[in-house]
Amino acid sequence: MALFPLPRFAGEGWGGGSAMTGFVIRRLLAAVPTLIAVLTLVFIIVRIVPGDPALVILGDQATPEAIAALRTRLGLDRSLWAQYFSFITSALMGDFGVSMVTGRSITAEVAAVLPHTLDLTIASMIFGVVVGVPVGIWAALNRNGVVDVAARVLSLLGLSFPVFVSGIFLLLAFSLHWRWFPVIGGADLADYGDRLHKLVLPTVALGLIMAAYITRVTRSAMLASLGEDYIRTARAKGVPWRRVVWVHGLRNASIPIVTVVGLYVGILLGNSVLTEIVFNRPGLGKIIVGALNQRDYTMLQGLMVIYCFLIVVVNLITDLLYGVIDPRVKAE
Amino acid sequence: MSTTSELVAPPAPTGWKRALGKARSNPTTAVGVVICLLIMAAAIFAPWLAPYDPAEQDIFNRLQPPSAEFWLGTDQFGRDILSRLMWGGQISLTVSLGAIFAAAIIGGAIGLVSGYIGGKFDLFVMQVMDVLLSFPSLILGLIVVALLGPELVNLVVAIALTAVAPFARVARAPTMALKERAFVEAGRALGFSHTRVLFRHILPNILSEVMVMGTLWLATAVRVEASLSFIGLGVKPPTATWGGMTRDGFENILDAPWLAVFPGIAILLLVLGLNMVGDGLRDATDPKLRNE
Amino acid sequence: MSEPVLVVEGLRKHFVAKKGFPKPRTVRVRAVEDISFTIKAGEAFGLVGESGCGKSTAARALLRLIEPDAGTVTWKGENVLTAKGAALKALRRRMQIVFQDPYSSLDPRQSIGDALMEPMRVHGLAEGKEARRRAAALLEEVGLPPAALDRFAHEFSGGQRQRIGIARALTVEPELIVADEPVSALDVSVQAQVLLLMQDLRKRRGLSFLFVSHDLSVVRWFCDRVAVMYLGRIVEEGPAGRVLANPLHPYAQMLRDASPIPDPSRRGVLPRIIGEIPSAANPPPGCPFHPRCVHAMPQCSTQMPAWTAAAGDNQGGVACHLHG
Ligand SMILES: Nc1ncnc2c1ncn2[C@@H]1O[C@H](COP(=O)(O)OP(=O)(O)OP(=O)(O)O)[C@@H](O)[C@H]1O
Ligand code: SF4
Ligand SMILES: [Mg+2]
Repeated sequence: MALFPLPRFAGEGWGGGSAMTGFVIRRLLAAVPTLIAVLTLVFIIVRIVPGDPALVILGDQATPEAIAALRTRLGLDRSLWAQYFSFITSALMGDFGVSMVTGRSITAEVAAVLPHTLDLTIASMIFGVVVGVPVGIWAALNRNGVVDVAARVLSLLGLSFPVFVSGIFLLLAFSLHWRWFPVIGGADLADYGDRLHKLVLPTVALGLIMAAYITRVTRSAMLASLGEDYIRTARAKGVPWRRVVWVHGLRNASIPIVTVVGLYVGILLGNSVLTEIVFNRPGLGKIIVGALNQRDYTMLQGLMVIYCFLIVVVNLITDLLYGVIDPRVKAE
Repeated sequence: MSTTSELVAPPAPTGWKRALGKARSNPTTAVGVVICLLIMAAAIFAPWLAPYDPAEQDIFNRLQPPSAEFWLGTDQFGRDILSRLMWGGQISLTVSLGAIFAAAIIGGAIGLVSGYIGGKFDLFVMQVMDVLLSFPSLILGLIVVALLGPELVNLVVAIALTAVAPFARVARAPTMALKERAFVEAGRALGFSHTRVLFRHILPNILSEVMVMGTLWLATAVRVEASLSFIGLGVKPPTATWGGMTRDGFENILDAPWLAVFPGIAILLLVLGLNMVGDGLRDATDPKLRNE
Repeated sequence: MSEPVLVVEGLRKHFVAKKGFPKPRTVRVRAVEDISFTIKAGEAFGLVGESGCGKSTAARALLRLIEPDAGTVTWKGENVLTAKGAALKALRRRMQIVFQDPYSSLDPRQSIGDALMEPMRVHGLAEGKEARRRAAALLEEVGLPPAALDRFAHEFSGGQRQRIGIARALTVEPELIVADEPVSALDVSVQAQVLLLMQDLRKRRGLSFLFVSHDLSVVRWFCDRVAVMYLGRIVEEGPAGRVLANPLHPYAQMLRDASPIPDPSRRGVLPRIIGEIPSAANPPPGCPFHPRCVHAMPQCSTQMPAWTAAAGDNQGGVACHLHG
C-alpha cells in the first residue's frame, strides 16, 4: 500500500561522477524544487482554501475596519502573486514569520521546543527499528509458525492503535497504576537522565506504529530475499545459516526497511502531536494546539512550513542512506 | 460456415469476487468482518438499541463506574457512555466513509484521467500528488479543519484531501497498463469516444483495486477522524464522537479512567477490524501473493 | 479491376522517446518513414517484413489509432487524416481492425453480447432485441453458438476469441478490415480455421483487407497484392504471385529464399540470419538495406534508390538501384 516513492522531480538529473560529495550536492539541489512545491501546496491550502483568512480569524461579527486592518497586517491586501513570492522567498531563507498572538518569532518559539519533539521522534524511530527488525526476521524464519502468526496479529494490532489511545493506556498502567513513570513529561533538557526517563512511555506509545510497520516490512523483505538464488547458493556452499541470514538476508532487506522508516517519519512527526498532548510534553504538538485554540493563523502557517522542511530533510537523509546501503544508487 | 467449436472453460470468478472468496477463507479477515459488522450494526441501530439518550444529562449519576445499570459507566454530566459510544460510532463511520468515498471518486478520477492522457500532463499531476503525499495526513487534516472550522462536512473534506493522492496512484498504474491493451484500441477503432473508453471499459477493470484500497484507507480515515476529535477539531459537542469522548475522559483520568478507556477501545476495535479486512483483501488481490 | 477504396500516400510516423537513465538523450524511432499504397474494393493487400519494420505502426496510423506525422490517407476520396467528430466516426465504421493478440483485444469485464452490441448502439445501427439478434447472427457467422453472448472473454480459447474479435469488427458493417497478424498468436492447428473464416467472409461480404503478416505462404494464399516493408519503407510492391515467387528487390529475394518451409510449426517466423538487425532509430544512409545487401554497389550507401515500375502491366514496382 504505502511504499510510495519520495517526491521526485523532472529536473533531477543524475549527471556523471560517483563521489559521495557529488551525490550529496545533487540531492541537496534536487530538494529545492521539492521544497518549493511543498511550500506552494501550503500556500494554496492556507490562502485559498478558507477564503478570506482575516474573516476566518476574526469571525463573522468583526467590523469591516478590523478586518481591513488585519488584512493589511497579514499582507493580504497585496496581490496573490506578491504574497506567494514573498512567502516562498522568506520561507526559503528561513524566515517563518512571527506569531500573531505573541508577536514572537516563530523560529524562536519552535527552536525552544524542537529538541523535545526530535527526542521523541528519533527515539520512537529507534524503538521501531530495534523491535521491528528482529521480530520481523524471527517471523520470517518461522514462516507460518507460532512466532510468525503472533507477530502478524500483534503488528496488525500495533498499527491499529491510534497514538493517543496507546498513550492513554500506557499512562494508566505505568504512571497511574504502577507509578513507574511520571505523569508530567516536560524534561529539563540539560538533565539527560531525566530526559531519558520521561521519554520512555511516549516513545513506546509512538514507536508502536513504527515497530508494527517495520515488523511487517522486514518480514516480507526477508521472505523475498531468503527466496533468492544466491542465498540458496550461499547455503549450499556451506556458509553458516546464521551468517547467511544476518549478513546476506538483512543486507537485502535493508532497502525496503529504510524506505519504510523514511516514509513513516512523516507519520511519526504527525502523531507526535497527539503523543505530546497525552504525555503533556512540550514540543511542536503543544505549539500547534495552542495556535489552534488562539486562532494564531501565522503560527499555523509557519508550523506547516517547518513541518515541510522537516519532511524534506528526512527524505533527503533517506536518499543519502540509500546511497550508503546500496552503492548502485549512486552509480546509476 | 466453419465448424462450431464448443465452449471450453467453465465460468471462473474474476477480480473482486475472487478476492472476496479467497479472503473469506482467511480467519483474520473473517474476524475483521465480524468486528466491523458488529460496530456498524451498533451505530446504525443506536436509536433503537442504545439504552439511554446520549445527550441526556443526569447530575445524580455523574462519573458512575460501570454497573448493571450503566454498563460502561457515565461521564461528568451523567450521560451513559455506552449510548454515547453507539451514537458516536455514527459520526466516525459517516465521516470516514464519506471521506474515503470522496477521495476514491476524486483521486480515482485523477489517476484514471492522468494515466490515460499520459505524457507531460501525467507527469505534472503525479508530481502534485507526490507533494500532497509527502505531507503527514494528520497535520494536513489538522490545518485544513482548523482553517475551515470543525464541522462534519469540513472533516470529510480534510480527511478526503489526505487520501486523494494514494487513490490517484492506485488508479493510475492499472490505467496505464490497460490503455495499452488492444481492447482499448479496438474501442477507439469502433468509433468510441475517449470518455466511453475511459469510463465504460477502463474504469470497470480498475474498480476492484480501488475498492481494496478503500478498505485499507478506511482504517486510516477512522484513526484520523478520532485523532482530530481528540485534539478538539472533531464534530462539535454535545454531539458524541469517539475521539471527543476520549478527550473528555482523559481530562478526568484520575477520577474515572473508564471514560477514556472505553472510547479508546472502540476506536481501536474499529480500526483493527478494518485493517484485518483490508489486509485480507489485499493479500487476496495482490498478484505477488496469489501464488503462495 | 475495381476502383481504389483506400489510398495511402507518403505516410510517416516517428516515435520520439527519451532513453538512457544517467544522461537521457532523445531517440527518434523512424517506425514508418514513407509509405504509399492503394487498396481496391474487394482486394486483399498484404504487408510483409521483419519484426520492427513498422507494419503495425503503419496499420495503426492509417486508422488514426495513432496520429501520423505526415502523408495522406484517403477513403473513397475522403481525407481520413483531417476528419473530425461525426465524419471521423463515420469513417471508422468503414475500416475496422483485428488484432494479433486475442487475449488482450477483448474487455475482460464485458460479456461478448455487450461487446458486440455496444458498437451497434454507438453508431445507431440497432438497439435492444434487434441488436441482440444481430449479435447472435454475427456469432453464428464466425462459427460460435448464440450461447456465447452471455459469456465473458476469459471463457474462450484464443481461436474463439479471435473469432469474436472478427465478429466485433463486423458489427459496424465495415468495407475494409485491417488484420494485424491475425493468426500469428494462435495455435498452428487453429490458424487455418481462422484464415478460412476470413477468406470466407471476404468473399461473401466483398470485404477489402489490409493483411499484415510475417508468414509469406499465408500472404501468398490470402492476398491479391503484397508490399514488402523494410525499415519503415516499402521496397517492393506488386501482385502476390509475382512478388513472392519472383521478387526483384534483394531483400524480398532474401525473404523468399529463407521462407518456403513446408513445416507449418516453423512458419510465421522470418529468418533474421543475414546481417545485423536493422534499427529504426538509426537507419543507414542511402538504400536502407545496403548494409545487408549482397548486391550493394557504391551508390547504394549514398543515394536513396527511386521507385521504378516493374516490367509488365500492373506488376507493381521496386526501389533498388539494380532496377533503376
Ligand atoms: N509507442 C511506441 N513508442 C516508441 N516506439 C515504438 C512505439 N510503437 C512502436 N515503436 C517502434 O517502432 C518500430 C516499429 O514497430 P512496429 O510495431 O510497427 O513493427 P512491426 O513491423 O509491427 O513489428 P512486429 O512484427 O514485431 O509486430 C519498432 O522499432 C518499435 O520499437
Ligand atoms: S539499392 Fe543497392 S543496396 Fe539497396 S537493395 Fe538495391 S542493390 Fe541492394
Ligand atoms: Mg506488429
